[in-house]
Amino acid sequence: MQMSPIIISMKTASAAIAFTFLLGIFVARWVVNIKSEKAKMVLDGILTLPLVLPPTVVGFLLLIIFGVNRPIGKFLLEFLGVKIVFSWPATVIAAVVISFPLMYRSARGAFEQIDPDLVMAAKTLGMSERKIFWRITMPLALPGVAGGGILAFARGLGEFGATAMIAGNIAHETRTLPLAIYTEVAAGNMEAASYYVIIVMSISFLVVALTNYFSLKERKYLK
Amino acid sequence: MGLLVEIKKKLKGFSLDVSFSIDGEYLGILGPSGSGKSMTLKCIAGVETPDEGRIVLNGKVLFDSEKKINLIPQERNIGYLFQNYALFPHMTVEENIGLGLKLPKIEKKRKVKEMIESFRLQGLESKYPNQLSGGQQQRVALARCIVYKPDILMLDEPFSALDSHLKDQLQMEILALLKLYEGEVLVVSHNRDEIYKFCKKLVVLDQGKSILFGETKDIFRQPRLHSAARIVGCKNISRCEIISAYSVRAVDWGLILNTEHPVPDRTKYLGIQAHDFHLLKTSPDAGIARQNNVIKCQIEKIVEGELEYNIYFRNKEFADVNGNSVLLYKVRKELWDNRQNKGDVYLRIPEKSILLLE
Repeated sequence: MQMSPIIISMKTASAAIAFTFLLGIFVARWVVNIKSEKAKMVLDGILTLPLVLPPTVVGFLLLIIFGVNRPIGKFLLEFLGVKIVFSWPATVIAAVVISFPLMYRSARGAFEQIDPDLVMAAKTLGMSERKIFWRITMPLALPGVAGGGILAFARGLGEFGATAMIAGNIAHETRTLPLAIYTEVAAGNMEAASYYVIIVMSISFLVVALTNYFSLKERKYLK
Repeated sequence: MGLLVEIKKKLKGFSLDVSFSIDGEYLGILGPSGSGKSMTLKCIAGVETPDEGRIVLNGKVLFDSEKKINLIPQERNIGYLFQNYALFPHMTVEENIGLGLKLPKIEKKRKVKEMIESFRLQGLESKYPNQLSGGQQQRVALARCIVYKPDILMLDEPFSALDSHLKDQLQMEILALLKLYEGEVLVVSHNRDEIYKFCKKLVVLDQGKSILFGETKDIFRQPRLHSAARIVGCKNISRCEIISAYSVRAVDWGLILNTEHPVPDRTKYLGIQAHDFHLLKTSPDAGIARQNNVIKCQIEKIVEGELEYNIYFRNKEFADVNGNSVLLYKVRKELWDNRQNKGDVYLRIPEKSILLLE
């Protein structure tokens, strides 16, 4: 067993959740405040798509966007000297795109179940929009937002299909835990694979336990 | 000083068209559920925007569609007591009251303490809203509004969420607490008693339109409009035809009635409050009965209430039985139980009790 898949996976999942968490909250806030129901529905569909599409399809689409012969990939390579495909950042991009819908939907649900009267009351009390967000909206949405974050982290950690498509399976570079398990099994090393499996299972169990802790944690004001 | 409201707004199913102005008196807005009462308050508070019109509070223009003025709620300085109180569930009583205050810490603490004492919330400072009774929650919400010194206080159905056996006491309490506040007060309710007790001026809303505005007592005494009469609680309303300057025919009841004042040309309905009938002690002659607005009653149903009977009856001498021909007479129990004439019941409609309606 090597340490590198574990380190790469932790790095990827941590970097991915940082993006997904903020992006998910931001986009959820934005969609919740859209007035037109139609626009909302269409946007919601697009934003949820990565959750229902096969990860390989998402990976394929990402390849089309970031491939070095495609406009965006070409631009990044020629002007910034950054090659996305088959490099570590690609693992992060794959994890972000795949885990985003989980974060977005949880955050959106959490924002939508807040009584609109509370926000109105806060406004009539002279509170600025920023203060309302930090003192009213976020604390009340926190259980849902935190739950979404944990789920998104777990999903990012387990990401396989899209990662394989866009980041490849390069040892010490893009080989995350799920890819390492696949590689070991393909090579007939069941024992090496089982160590990785145990590590993934432990992390996943910890995550589920954390989720339950957050959702069951006694919040004083609900007593 | 005062509040002027003239607003229009298109909504699903109906359009809001409200206008009134007050000058220091308590104003009530009375209307059935879904008549646009809460929406009116929300427009004044600035959390909803009218399509057109003007809102001016104490000389400050809050909204003016022509001049393109629309202050955000934060700039309007309006106290809004929500129907469900809208207390922040994750904050203690103290935090709820102090949240909107923009004062230095020590000052704020002193102010909050003062409110907690005035509103008799001592000992509840660090409780959360769901640990409080309905009445306590309401006092917290009111304290939260008043501490902020708003130019106007708007109460949305202030007693609808309270148990009925507590209502009277809480109404008295709130009236006393409102004395702490010097400024305009606006009360929205579908409950006639509340409005009558609280408010000197009254706006009657029906399907989004402010159909009447004036002194509360005047409107209750003479609602003038068919729809307003229903809203202020007149149970007996009949279509009517004008016969002469001082007499009308109540079409649905088969009665000819004399009136106290000349009948206005526009009169289309007439009403009589359920309490306003006079129970006659003896059977009158037929001729006298007709001249004196007397009805020979065919009793349909008697419903016993706590203090009164609700007596549903028709005009016995009127054959046309239709849904509108049943009248309601509310009578104190002892008066009814001790009536001398146990045979036919005769009721007189006093001339001054007849409401002529458009």
